[in-house]
Amino acid sequence: MPEILDQARTQVLENGVGLDEAGVLAVLNLPDEDVPAALQLAHEVRMRWCGPEVEVEGIVSLKTGGCPEDCHFCSQSGLFTSPVRSVWLDIPALVEAAKQTAATGATEFCIVAAVRGPDARLMKQMREGVAAIRAEVDIQVAASLGMLSQEQVDELVEMGVHRYNHNLETCRSYFPNVVTTHSWEERWETLRMVRESGMEVCCGGILGLGETVEQRAEFAAQLADLDPHEVPLNFLNPRPGTPLADRPVVEGKDALRAIAAFRLAMPRTILRYAGGRELTLGDLGTRDGLLGGINAVIVGNYLTTLGRPATADLALLEDLKMPVKALSATL
Amino acid sequence: MTELVEPVAPAEPAGAGRWCDRCGEPSAAGGHDACAAARALEPPRYCVHCRRRMKVQVVPTGWSAVCVEHGEIRG
Ligand code: SF4
Ligand SMILES: [Zn+2]
Ligand SMILES: [Zn+2]
Repeated sequence: MPEILDQARTQVLENGVGLDEAGVLAVLNLPDEDVPAALQLAHEVRMRWCGPEVEVEGIVSLKTGGCPEDCHFCSQSGLFTSPVRSVWLDIPALVEAAKQTAATGATEFCIVAAVRGPDARLMKQMREGVAAIRAEVDIQVAASLGMLSQEQVDELVEMGVHRYNHNLETCRSYFPNVVTTHSWEERWETLRMVRESGMEVCCGGILGLGETVEQRAEFAAQLADLDPHEVPLNFLNPRPGTPLADRPVVEGKDALRAIAAFRLAMPRTILRYAGGRELTLGDLGTRDGLLGGINAVIVGNYLTTLGRPATADLALLEDLKMPVKALSATL
Repeated sequence: MTELVEPVAPAEPAGAGRWCDRCGEPSAAGGHDACAAARALEPPRYCVHCRRRMKVQVVPTGWSAVCVEHGEIRG
């Protein structure tokens, strides 16, 4: 057993204290033959500190494309020659999407908009949309609308949005290589306001943007510092027309190392499989991740790309004897 | 926009469109194997009849794509 895993067994599994940056880096640098042991330990940590339940979520794009920001991985930026066109989802279609998401057994429905931050039109859509969903569908509503003002934070709380997603995307030192139209610190400021408002903080990122292994460890440590309720972990799905269109996808083994390492850095967070897992890990990888520290999934499609059918993930959870977290457990 | 429409190549398989729905290049030109593979996890982006970029809405359990000229398709 590698020394770092021995240390993690005592520190993380027994005492619930996450690994620091150096510890995460040691896990990310484990040789292939030690990856199964790292995943096994990460799974034990998840079972001990989070339990066997898996949180299931659906996400939907309320406003797609035409974003003024330049996040280099994103097909929804209006600054690149991406084939994604700008489009708004109307309220009846939003409510229908929430119903279909709830029908899969999901307890979370996250409404996402491709914007720098919300304008009056988007906030109005949110007010109407969230009210309609809460009146008709039994599901928790989360939102991801970019950078917020304090007034907007307060308004979302009033609407009943219980969790807010705002990804830091990558570590602080690499962020300027990925985004130039706003700063990591601006994102952090929104996260601070969300935390203070009482909404749950959901903050993760994307691996495979060109960051080094050291920067991946830096990112895990910065997330642990933030201590979010949920961390969605994406793997780059290189999108046509974006500056990262030609980047290779993350190797399956590296993705699994990262899952174990992020879990060992954050024993109690909801660690969610998000975009890119189908491409990076395929069907088998989904199972390996759920047995290696992951305890939440986005089911069905993503914002502009498609996922595995929800039924495939739900069948896998049943196979793994991992119960879907019930709505009553989240209220 | 008929000026965008080129004659259909005789070798084109029945049912296929003139334009690749992923990259928007002529189907007959070939080289769309990667597009076809990627389409398993992506909705179409270009209308196969006229090459217009479609308005595509993805929701958790499906997608719809609208060409102003050729209407809506769903998946
Ligand atoms: S702010 Fe969001 S939608 Fe806009 S380019 Fe960045 S990731 Fe894409
Ligand atoms: Zn093509
Ligand atoms: Zn058309």
